[in-house]
Amino acid sequence: MIPVQYFLVLSALLFFIGVYGFISRRNLIAMLISIELVLNAVDINFAAINRLLFPGLNEGFFMTLFSIGVSAAESAVAIAIILNVYRNFKSDTVDSITNLKR
Amino acid sequence: MANIVMFCILAVVILGSAVLCVTTTRIMRAATFMLFVLFGVAGLYFLLDYTFLGAAQISIYAGGVTMIYVFAIQLVSKRTLQGMVERMKGSRVIFGAFMSLVGLATVTFIVLKNKFICMAGQVMDTEVPMAKIGTALVGSEKYQYVLPFEFISVFLLACIIGGLVVARKEE
Amino acid sequence: MEYGYTAFILLLPLLSFLVLGLAGMKMQHKVAGLIGTCSLGLVTILSYMTAFQYFTADRVNGIYQTIVPYNFTWLPLGNLHFDMGILLDPISVMMLIVISTVSLMVHIYSFGYMHGEKGFQRYYAFLSLFTMSMLGLVLATNIFQMYMFWELVGVSSYLLIGFYYPLKPAIAASKKAFIVTRFADMFFLIGILTFGYYTDSFSFSFAGDIVMGQGTTPFIEGNMAKAVTAGACIIPTALVLMFIGGAGKSAMFPLHIWLPDAMEGPTPVSALIHAATMVVAGVYQIARMFPLWIQYAPEAMSIVVWVGVITAFYAAAVACAQSDIKRVLAFSTISQIAFMMVALGVSLPGHEAILDNHAQLGYMAGMFHLFTHAMFKACLFLGAGCIIHAVHSNEMFYMGGLRKYMPVTHVTFLISCLAIAGIPFFSGFSSKDEIITACMHYSPVVGWIMTGIAAMTAFYMFRLYYGIFWGTENVEAHEHHTPHEAPATMTIPLIVLTVITLGVGIYTTLGGFLGWGGSFGAFVSASGQDYTIHFDPQIAATSTIIAILSICLATYIYKGESQPIADRLYKTFPKLHRAAYKRFYQDEIWQYVTHRIIFRCVSTPIAWFDRHVVDGTFNFLAWGANEAGESIRPWQSGDVRQYAVWFLTGAVALVLILLCI
Repeated sequence: MIPVQYFLVLSALLFFIGVYGFISRRNLIAMLISIELVLNAVDINFAAINRLLFPGLNEGFFMTLFSIGVSAAESAVAIAIILNVYRNFKSDTVDSITNLKR
Repeated sequence: MANIVMFCILAVVILGSAVLCVTTTRIMRAATFMLFVLFGVAGLYFLLDYTFLGAAQISIYAGGVTMIYVFAIQLVSKRTLQGMVERMKGSRVIFGAFMSLVGLATVTFIVLKNKFICMAGQVMDTEVPMAKIGTALVGSEKYQYVLPFEFISVFLLACIIGGLVVARKEE
Repeated sequence: MEYGYTAFILLLPLLSFLVLGLAGMKMQHKVAGLIGTCSLGLVTILSYMTAFQYFTADRVNGIYQTIVPYNFTWLPLGNLHFDMGILLDPISVMMLIVISTVSLMVHIYSFGYMHGEKGFQRYYAFLSLFTMSMLGLVLATNIFQMYMFWELVGVSSYLLIGFYYPLKPAIAASKKAFIVTRFADMFFLIGILTFGYYTDSFSFSFAGDIVMGQGTTPFIEGNMAKAVTAGACIIPTALVLMFIGGAGKSAMFPLHIWLPDAMEGPTPVSALIHAATMVVAGVYQIARMFPLWIQYAPEAMSIVVWVGVITAFYAAAVACAQSDIKRVLAFSTISQIAFMMVALGVSLPGHEAILDNHAQLGYMAGMFHLFTHAMFKACLFLGAGCIIHAVHSNEMFYMGGLRKYMPVTHVTFLISCLAIAGIPFFSGFSSKDEIITACMHYSPVVGWIMTGIAAMTAFYMFRLYYGIFWGTENVEAHEHHTPHEAPATMTIPLIVLTVITLGVGIYTTLGGFLGWGGSFGAFVSASGQDYTIHFDPQIAATSTIIAILSICLATYIYKGESQPIADRLYKTFPKLHRAAYKRFYQDEIWQYVTHRIIFRCVSTPIAWFDRHVVDGTFNFLAWGANEAGESIRPWQSGDVRQYAVWFLTGAVALVLILLCI
């Protein structure tokens, strides 16, 4: 069987690639895509640990299932907000929603 | 052995697509690479004998979410679609990359040095039976998940309606 | 308890003050005046009842009992406690009679004098407040209650001196009075606190039996032994500090500066407050603490004596050169109060264990002089008020030859002048003679000095008398309006006070010469026992002859139509006259001390420190907080990605820290 460290390292790499993408991209949708990467990394983590370290229990499995569902919902709402932002500010970059800045 | 080979292939696919996804300048390509990542993750689930999970991943993520993103891109980034590219700003990128590397190093270090990964138990070779998943999802005993299941249904409904309200066109 | 009605003596004036103060403006003048006068009439009746009941009650071992109808703890503080109560003993009952009588006379008199004044109701309200405060002061059961009412009396005095507050001199005078007495009261307070700290008690406890009345707390014996072992000069120090407070209120040199200026108030106020009652509060305080002075601070009594002597001489000298009749009377008051202080101070040493009536003759004499002085000085002031009312000015320049126009005032003023000069058969003779006798027993030097001052008293009082009622008339002023006798409301009090003066005078003179007994010593004396006054014929004769000589001198100089001798003296000693006229520059000296020395050298640096250092610190802190806020504000940039970076950085840093620990 595959040792669990491999899965964990993979998920850590995927997580930080997603974080890097979130920080460095200006386009709102690209930032959202990076967040999806992060969430997927987390799902891998849950599944792997559950399967390989605690074979009798299923908590991780269901956690992953629900996480997938929640991610989908959250993407939908985020896209709705971005549509609104586009309508109001006529722009799809994150610099345009900095109204708090002086 | 075959598992490890399969794992390596999947890992390469996932990581490569992810890197390309975050570094490309054209947004449609980013969406496509994300799709590949999602497929790769589904493959990993199949590797772990979580077939139901893999199926859910493909149908929800790869199917639904990616479509949402493509539609959103069409609606929002017209100019980008038409070939305009996004510029990358210098200093923040470097700082972000640096911090990500530091974070990565930290997390990996913790994970690998930790003792709990040594307690890998006996792994069953069979997948989780579907009946068990079903009863667990809607069962109401101690370790069963009817409450989160109901909650997530309501939650999804709320998000759909919320999304509709937020994205409605002003009259 | 049969003395329960004494509570009304305090409550009635308080009630009258509240009613007149709050609702006075809506009443007519007459109604307000009637309310004030009637409540005071009731108080007078109650005071006389109390005195009658007290002095005819049984004595124990020939000593009057000290009776405490009420005494309840108001504020308990660990060992000490502030009480409020009523204490009746010979001097407080005597003061009750004095205060209520003079106050009633002033209330009646003010009907006429303040007729038509704006603020009539306010005046009566303040008079009630003053009466209540003074009564509370004399009926105090403990030194702290006395201090409280002391301050209240000061406030009433401030309010009444500044009654004509649209005028600048009145405002300045009221402020001066309040500030000077308040400054002296600081020492009084320090004395009280010292005393309380070392003896654990504020109450007055005396040689006589203390009868517990309807109060709830018994007296605690002052723990005098403890104080004495703590340090031999603690109690004298406390007593002298309290004396300084009393000196301020009683206008002793050099804290007398407020009293002449206090004449800016209405004349009935001067009669009540600054002649008969408030200014004797210092004398009363020493009389109240007299057993303590005798037992624990006999050497300190000499301070009292010499302060009194200097004050008496100074005031008499200044009074000889004043031209404003109220100022002459003010300085005369200062001088007479100094007499009372000297009387209290001249007790013979070596009698600490017991209170011996012969050795402490001064106690009785001082109290007697307080009584008689209140009566005739109030009469003099009220008479001066009638004169001012007739002539519309205070200056002697506008007066002269008024005996034709104002007969009643003339006669009462003359009788009071004879009383203050110390002629037999007038009350002043008995009291002043006793004082001089006591001084002679103490030390012949002091005795002869006081005799000399008594001669000066006779001299300047008769200078005043002749200047007002004899001499040339000021015809031009009289053309505009002829001076007329005052209305009945103003002359009746004069007559009543004169009758008292004459009555007491005749009774005590005859009693002293014929050895009757039943004189003032029957009521008030140092040990509480009956003490019959016998006049020492030598001293009596000496003082009478000297008084008559002074009167003749004054008559010779001032009686005629013009005063050639006075004018020649004035030409020969112009500087001396000017110095005396300007009260020997006391006010200028105080002004210099406060402005140049205290304000410039002490107050200004402190003010600078407060403004720049104390305020500066807080300004600096506020500036720092502001700057910190300004520098943190850019963190809220609205840029989501920046937030994420900092999130990440923070999380990683925390993890690393936790790892390393």
